[in-house]
Amino acid sequence: MTITELLLLCFSAILAENFIFVKFMGVCPFLGVSGRIDTALSMGMAVTFVMTVASAATCSVYNFVLVPFELEYLETIAFIIIIASLVQLIEMFMKKAFPPLYKALGIYLPLITTNCAVLGVALLNVQNEYNMLQSVMYGFFAALGFTFALFVFAGVRQRLELASPPKSFEGVPLSLVAAGLIAMAFSGFQGINLGGSGFFPFSLS
Amino acid sequence: MNPILLALIFFAVLGGVLGFLLALFDKKMKVQEDPRIKEVTELLPGANCGGCGYAGCGGLACAIVEGKAPITKCAAVSDENCNKIAAIMGIEAGNRQKMRALVLCSGAKSCSVQKYDYIGINDCVAAAKLHGGSRLCPNGCIGLGTCIRSCKFDAISVKDGVAVVNPRKCIGCGACVVSCPKHLIKLIPASAKYWVACNSPDKGVVVREYCDAGCIACGLCRRNCPNDAIIKQGFLEEIDYSKCVNCGICAEKCPRGVIRSKNGKPRVNPTLKKEENNEKI
Repeated sequence: MTITELLLLCFSAILAENFIFVKFMGVCPFLGVSGRIDTALSMGMAVTFVMTVASAATCSVYNFVLVPFELEYLETIAFIIIIASLVQLIEMFMKKAFPPLYKALGIYLPLITTNCAVLGVALLNVQNEYNMLQSVMYGFFAALGFTFALFVFAGVRQRLELASPPKSFEGVPLSLVAAGLIAMAFSGFQGINLGGSGFFPFSLS
Repeated sequence: MNPILLALIFFAVLGGVLGFLLALFDKKMKVQEDPRIKEVTELLPGANCGGCGYAGCGGLACAIVEGKAPITKCAAVSDENCNKIAAIMGIEAGNRQKMRALVLCSGAKSCSVQKYDYIGINDCVAAAKLHGGSRLCPNGCIGLGTCIRSCKFDAISVKDGVAVVNPRKCIGCGACVVSCPKHLIKLIPASAKYWVACNSPDKGVVVREYCDAGCIACGLCRRNCPNDAIIKQGFLEEIDYSKCVNCGICAEKCPRGVIRSKNGKPRVNPTLKKEENNEKI
């Protein structure tokens, strides 16, 4: 595992494998809290936090408990339980130890306990056979990609607020169209060959 | 080992450990919080309209408990709940007057003069920056609905270029008052039946050029009011609601139909010719 490979992993987690626009996970908060840029960023921060911690926790449970006992088939339900209680624990801890951070993340933390993006990152870590470091990095950067997507879309929606589209397009329909267009733009990153080598490992295929 | 038994044991242990941790954290990490905050939050309407100026109902509840905001700050809360909050706080609720919002403009598109056609961002604040909006009257409603978007109770609509507040839905939170770039929206007591639906302090001659439905401060309402409840402010008549008895004489006397009533429709004035005015410009 070289540094280059790790960097590649991070890069692809943000852009080429963007959770929202490429993998279509976490679309619910994507449409729900992207109305304003500040709420989008708060949500993004909360997701980043939870996804990083959840990657570490699920990865260790999988490798140290599930694999030795040959219980891999229980990963989904085990991960759900772990993530849900983990978020609760973190929330209580933050309320006590870092009240300002708790205020900033506010209601977004409990909102993402059962988010499919968080569960998705845990399952993908297992599927891709990442080790501990890779899992944490993947979780963190995938969440950064999620935040990025939310931020971009919040900007777009703030502009759409002030547009005067046909009546039938107002609100959600126009948002969905805009989301589709951004997703198409992101599919362009798929064309980047991540198997390149040398100083600049990305080459266009 | 039997895989079913193993799975059972695994989940029993996992559930036990996590449950224990949660219970432990709940005890150890308990934050002492004023229990009244929660009680007050539950009594507030929960619409998070922001009319009080705090970040949602939770923010106002904190401020009330800390004594930073008066109990009557929330316009949307029912009298019963307001008294309950007062009981929690151990103070008198005091007299709370129900208010409602009104748009002080009746210059519908058909009876007012436009300076130009506005094609741009669909927002009053943006339009107001282009020479104060497309309407010739510098104090008139722009009608692009910034107040509609500020209203959490769906009480405002735009009819013929002028925002109209639905009195049945308005709870008087005042969020729209803040949002209007023309400062056209005012809160009046909910019991008041009549109001001067114009905000132009310009002279009568000037107002006549702008709009067929503007107040020209002719003084007919003022002179006919039995209670001296109408005051002249610049070239605009205003009703003093502490004196007004809702007799309705002013609305009858107003030659331009500017004084409107709760149920009355705006009167279209036939004497003035908007078409002619438009040609002049």
